[in-house]
Amino acid sequence: MTRILIRQGRLIDPESGLDEVGDLAVADGRIVQLGGTIDDFTPEQTIEADGQWVMPGLIDLSARLREPGQTRKADIASETRAAAAAGITTLVMPPDTTPVMDSPAVVEQVTHRAEQTAGARVVPLGALTLGLAGEQLSAMAGLAAAGCPAVSDGGRPVQDSQVLRNALDYACTFSLPALLTPVDPFLATGCLNEGPTATRLGLPGVPAAAETAGLGRQLAVAGATRARVHVGRLSSAEGARLLTGEQGRQRRLSADVAIHQLFLTDQDAMEYDTRFHLDPPLRDIVDRQALRQAVADRVIRIICSDHQPHDGDAKDGPFASTEPGASGIDTLLPLVLRLVEDEVLSLHRALATVTVEPARLLGLEGGRMAVGGAADLTVVDPVAPWFCTRETLKSRGHNSPFLGWEFSARATHTLVGGRLTHTDDRA
Amino acid sequence: MSVQIDAQGDLRHFLTTEGLDPRLLGRILDTAESFAGVLGKSVKTVPLLRGRTVVNLFFESSTRTRTTFELAAKRLSADVLNIAVDTTTTKGESLLDMLRNLQAMQADMFVVRHHQSGAAEYFARHVDPGVAVLNAGDGWHAHPTQAMLDAFTIRRHKGAFEPLRIAIVGDIRHSRVARSQIHAFNALGAGEVRVIAPDTLLPADVDTLGAQVYSDLNAGLRDADVVIALRLQRERMQGALLPGESEYFRHYGLTESRLRGAHPDAIVMHPGPINRGVEIDSALADGPRSVILDQVTNGIAVRMAVMTMVLGVRPDTPREAS
Repeated sequence: MTRILIRQGRLIDPESGLDEVGDLAVADGRIVQLGGTIDDFTPEQTIEADGQWVMPGLIDLSARLREPGQTRKADIASETRAAAAAGITTLVMPPDTTPVMDSPAVVEQVTHRAEQTAGARVVPLGALTLGLAGEQLSAMAGLAAAGCPAVSDGGRPVQDSQVLRNALDYACTFSLPALLTPVDPFLATGCLNEGPTATRLGLPGVPAAAETAGLGRQLAVAGATRARVHVGRLSSAEGARLLTGEQGRQRRLSADVAIHQLFLTDQDAMEYDTRFHLDPPLRDIVDRQALRQAVADRVIRIICSDHQPHDGDAKDGPFASTEPGASGIDTLLPLVLRLVEDEVLSLHRALATVTVEPARLLGLEGGRMAVGGAADLTVVDPVAPWFCTRETLKSRGHNSPFLGWEFSARATHTLVGGRLTHTDDRA
Repeated sequence: MSVQIDAQGDLRHFLTTEGLDPRLLGRILDTAESFAGVLGKSVKTVPLLRGRTVVNLFFESSTRTRTTFELAAKRLSADVLNIAVDTTTTKGESLLDMLRNLQAMQADMFVVRHHQSGAAEYFARHVDPGVAVLNAGDGWHAHPTQAMLDAFTIRRHKGAFEPLRIAIVGDIRHSRVARSQIHAFNALGAGEVRVIAPDTLLPADVDTLGAQVYSDLNAGLRDADVVIALRLQRERMQGALLPGESEYFRHYGLTESRLRGAHPDAIVMHPGPINRGVEIDSALADGPRSVILDQVTNGIAVRMAVMTMVLGVRPDTPREAS
């Protein structure tokens, strides 16, 4: 394994609060020295990080890699490479692949592919129910043994509340967190937030009640169990409010939000721009503000990209006929840092939402920067302005809602387990 | 939605009445008026679009709209190609592929009806320069020529829009006609545009379109100068939006007696096809207030007007053409 010395970077670790200029030494895949000036270490490679930030690599809690099943859109190799270039060292993969990750065999297949390509770590989530059909429990103990740190409904909520309760109880038996999608599918048949924009465009709307009705039921069921429940991709002010109230009763209840919900609204879909066809939909400016506040208040502790790469055809056509989802890996880091510029979060808090917080939820080793810990790191140039265009996107999914945006920060180096997966020396 | 306006501010496509300059809407009506004169004469054809090809591309079935577009094109001397696309048999071919193939046949104009909102705008963004797209109805979004022929009919019967109270009754939620009417009537200066429907048939925040919202038919019809009934699709019963036709007719069906609260000279309109005894009583639809058949006739002139405008042809002396 390569011995790497990162010199004179601003060392930032949101877990310990470390924030100082110094050196960092990596050997055998681990951080062996941290801070100050390191002169008793013989590196094979040295990264001069003067003026740059050295921080834990990002953990993206929800990234569809489209493999197995939809490799025409993207695959594990392409998306882990894109992750490395974007400072992400771990991609957490929902189980709604084809076939569904409901058996150790599928999980092992994914893990094997990830090890071959290895641009980033891939953490597979096990299916909460067999085939995500919401009828029978999946073999959770086997999934855990195969490497799933949690189980998830993969965006298809369990509709039978008794099955949901049993699934949560069973997940709890094996100390597996359960990641749920707060939506009532009967209310979520539209393709844009219910409101003036959808009405003007003549598109069927999805009311915020689709989220709160789903969330309310899930929280009630969760309250009847001892399960560690996490709800993903909140989209509405009302959803955040409901969660805030319930967190007083269920202490371990956590939530995440997709980064695009903190920057965009349904009005961006004017002119039927299909890049803004998302699920859950973009909502209005009041919701966006409430979600930002919920992140600031730590009601929502995790931010993810909700990466859903699509091929061109999937996004081509009249709005409602296109597939929902945005490609998000490339822009997660610069957008999270923009929350700092916008004074929503402190730098440490912003980084925590994409490092140590998801690591804690899933019991992952990464997301931290400490001596003895895995060397999953990224070096970021905070003043390297770039425009997001189709050409800059490393993901095979070009369906980014942020095309044309200018960002200030860029990952210059990424290390996964002490191995350099990305180098960009333009700076 | 600036895709329908060119750099000179002229109509390049006609996709929606929303956001259009009132002067442009007025020009559509004035141009239609000049063609309406032609219709009254025995020679009904003008050579303005001779040598041009108009493709009627209908992904949804339609008799009235397609026929009046066809008549309009023929009276302008254009060649007309009617294509009814059965989406169940064309699965696999993308809209874009279909469009490219049709463009290769050297069409000058596409008249598009599609069940998806935004489909016409999608076509407009993908056609070659110089090819025009007319929206003949897209999903729940817009049906701008219908709204303009309604405006034309209203102007012929009522004159200026400023003092008018216009009430639209029925399934506003799923209606592209209602949306285009609200935008057009407001732009033309209508005194008040009202929508009347049970809550299940109103889109969210419909007031933001520029309409007064009424749940009660009698209140909504009070002093109305123009009353427009919308077609009620049978599938609304299956979608649990309404209990049944008879209850609907009892509360929202238009009858002569219901119109007693309206202005004594109120006219009654309907974009067709009519469900008699569901949204409107036969006696009213066939009675003296009804201008429903005028709407159909006026549809030809309005569509002729729009067709010439999007191709940049000015009908300076249509009466003298032969």
